[in-house]
Amino acid sequence: MKYIDEYRNKDLILKLAGHIKKSALAGYTFMEVCGGHTNAIHRFGIPSLLPENIRLLSGPGCPVCVTGKDFIDKVVSCSGMENVIIATFGDLVRVPGSYSSLEKERASGSDIRIVLSALEALDIARKNPDKRIVFPAIGFETTAPGTAVTILNARKEGTDNFSVISSHKIMPPAMEAIIKDGTSIDGFICPGHVSVITGSHIYDFIAGKYNIACVIAGFEPVDLMQAVLMLVNQVNSRKPAVEIQYNRAVTHNGNDLAKEYMQSVFEPCDARWRGLGMIPGSGLRLRKEFGNFDAERILAPVSSLTDDDGQCICGDILRGIKTPADCPLFGTSCTPDNPEGACMVSGEGACNTWFKYKING
Amino acid sequence: MAEKITLGHGSGGRLMHTLVTDVFLKHFGTEGPLTDSAVRCQEGVIFATTTDSYVVDPLFFPGGNIGKLAVCGTVNDIAVSGAVPQFLSAAFIIEEGLPFEVLEAVAGTMAEEARLAGVKIIAGDTKVVEKGKCDKIFITTSGTGWLKPGLEYISTGEKIKPDDKIIINGAVGDHALAVLCARNNFSFKAPVISDCASLNHLIRKIISGGIIPKFMRDITRGGLAAVLNELAEMTGSSINIDEEHVPVNEPVRGMCELLGFDPLYLANEGKFIAVVDPSDVSKVMEIMRNDELGKQSAVIGEITSGNKNIVTLITPAGGRRIIHMPSGIQLPRIC
Amino acid sequence: MCLSVPARIIEVKGDMADVSVGGTIFRAGVQMIKNPRPGEYVLLHAGFAIERISEEDALETLRIIEEIKEAGSS
Repeated sequence: MKYIDEYRNKDLILKLAGHIKKSALAGYTFMEVCGGHTNAIHRFGIPSLLPENIRLLSGPGCPVCVTGKDFIDKVVSCSGMENVIIATFGDLVRVPGSYSSLEKERASGSDIRIVLSALEALDIARKNPDKRIVFPAIGFETTAPGTAVTILNARKEGTDNFSVISSHKIMPPAMEAIIKDGTSIDGFICPGHVSVITGSHIYDFIAGKYNIACVIAGFEPVDLMQAVLMLVNQVNSRKPAVEIQYNRAVTHNGNDLAKEYMQSVFEPCDARWRGLGMIPGSGLRLRKEFGNFDAERILAPVSSLTDDDGQCICGDILRGIKTPADCPLFGTSCTPDNPEGACMVSGEGACNTWFKYKING
Repeated sequence: MAEKITLGHGSGGRLMHTLVTDVFLKHFGTEGPLTDSAVRCQEGVIFATTTDSYVVDPLFFPGGNIGKLAVCGTVNDIAVSGAVPQFLSAAFIIEEGLPFEVLEAVAGTMAEEARLAGVKIIAGDTKVVEKGKCDKIFITTSGTGWLKPGLEYISTGEKIKPDDKIIINGAVGDHALAVLCARNNFSFKAPVISDCASLNHLIRKIISGGIIPKFMRDITRGGLAAVLNELAEMTGSSINIDEEHVPVNEPVRGMCELLGFDPLYLANEGKFIAVVDPSDVSKVMEIMRNDELGKQSAVIGEITSGNKNIVTLITPAGGRRIIHMPSGIQLPRIC
Repeated sequence: MCLSVPARIIEVKGDMADVSVGGTIFRAGVQMIKNPRPGEYVLLHAGFAIERISEEDALETLRIIEEIKEAGSS
């Protein structure tokens, strides 16, 4: 398949592995903050191709994982209301809230449907004019423009029963929070598809103010290996910068059209990230003029105020200070079949990925 | 243990295994390893018997319908034990209001598939339940076949040893994708048809060609990953699989890349693996590739002497990772 | 969550397009692409084309790696 197979060329991968080994003279800690990267790194066995002195950490890059229990509670609350259809991305269905999950509610009779796109949710709204459709909008800057386009479509065609409950988030404030938190990071493997939308300049402050190397990487093994080599070289040269490895899709400026859509419908707000707490300006909420598509305003769903995660350490895992193996629940009472926390539910979550792909002893 | 049954408990993976062991085996006291069909000897006659229920949604999909699945699935469970499938029974639970023409179409397909497979449907049952109490139609088929003495080990894999090779008869994931597309809930179309087919004739060719596989199992829910993990656990083996050698048709690859599915975990209805001695590989491959149902046959891996009960995948990048038993999160009602 | 994959535009119909991912045809919104044309490759994410893929840059990436001098040589 074009733009995939060429980047799985074993010769190139081996060549890059050789160069990384020669160049990696010290110890390096690189963090990725993208669920797609978490998945790709482990799916292709990248750690097994790197020397032991390079450590890869997984940060808060999985949009499902960083979604707090309160958001799940609100969606669950909506699902229990009369004449409501929840049209949601599949990953959200199994995430436990404070007292229930969408999967459990579906088993009890709530109308919960899986969609692959906000546009499909809008289609459900058109076909069910007597129901209120609620689309839980999760995802980062990659996904928010699509939600924005859908809301604009809904407004244009008058599909007033379509609504969104937004948990969209943006990356840079979270990356800064991780840095300020004190996790020792030599470089970031920056999110590939967020950067397609935003452009590479959003990471300038990381290299400029914090002297941390940044490389925006693609998702194939060649991309990831090349990005690691570029990070090692940046660290070795003590010249942190923002470099684009994924130049076939990412530019300095990003996608202006997509950004315009996103900014016309959403505005920044404070947002709660699982594990990181409240981060100012890190979320996206619907602008006032789109209030009639705002499910929170229309339905006033309730959520539990508890922040108690019990023994689940998803928070520490998302900050990169602990690994899934450090969690007392990992693999015992918390498994993909029976997840305690979001990191185990989502296919991009660190715990789910470790469980799926981790080499045992 | 969970309080309520969830969809995950029916998807052929770890959750279902737990349900079967903790409830059914506990009460029924069934002995012996869990194989596709149960092989028993009574009065000197060795027979294989199996049962399966079919709840696929939708009923009709590219490449087949629930009736075809009901015949092929049970025929295949018998055939992979090395037995010759002979007779099937078919029980129907029908929802009030189902049009007769749907039942006619399903029954007609079952008859045709039984004829192709060379089996006879000799017993059956019919129940009708009120509207809403079952989804259109559910079918349960049971099957029986006779097994030549000395072939009992094919089901249990007890003769497997390191260096034995694992062969598959074609590409994985077509059935899952065909059913997903037919659901029409999602906005995509794939040029794929279900691989649903009776494998007994192909298997017979291998055996009468002088090769007795050391193990065979057909690949249904839970995909190749489930079968390989079952094999590893049942025999205490270590298995290596080369991802690049597992055939996957391009539309399935594309769907998996986009939706985040792993083709190794997708359902099939016309695929099986055979474990053979290395010296038998070229002969088996020749027989298989010359058959309609084996044109894309490939050697995908081998039994090794590494960590026991572990299935290791060598990725296209040359890295390594473990293939686990699928967890509960699979596509529901795929067969 | 849906990932993003390269997809080839088959046909553009207003602000939607049929795109092919290895032969599976998806309907995608192309509102974020200026002048989308059949034959072009885009990144498909959650039902939308989010950017064009530059063939020139794609080849450049591979060329750079191929040209990296063999480890150890001058």
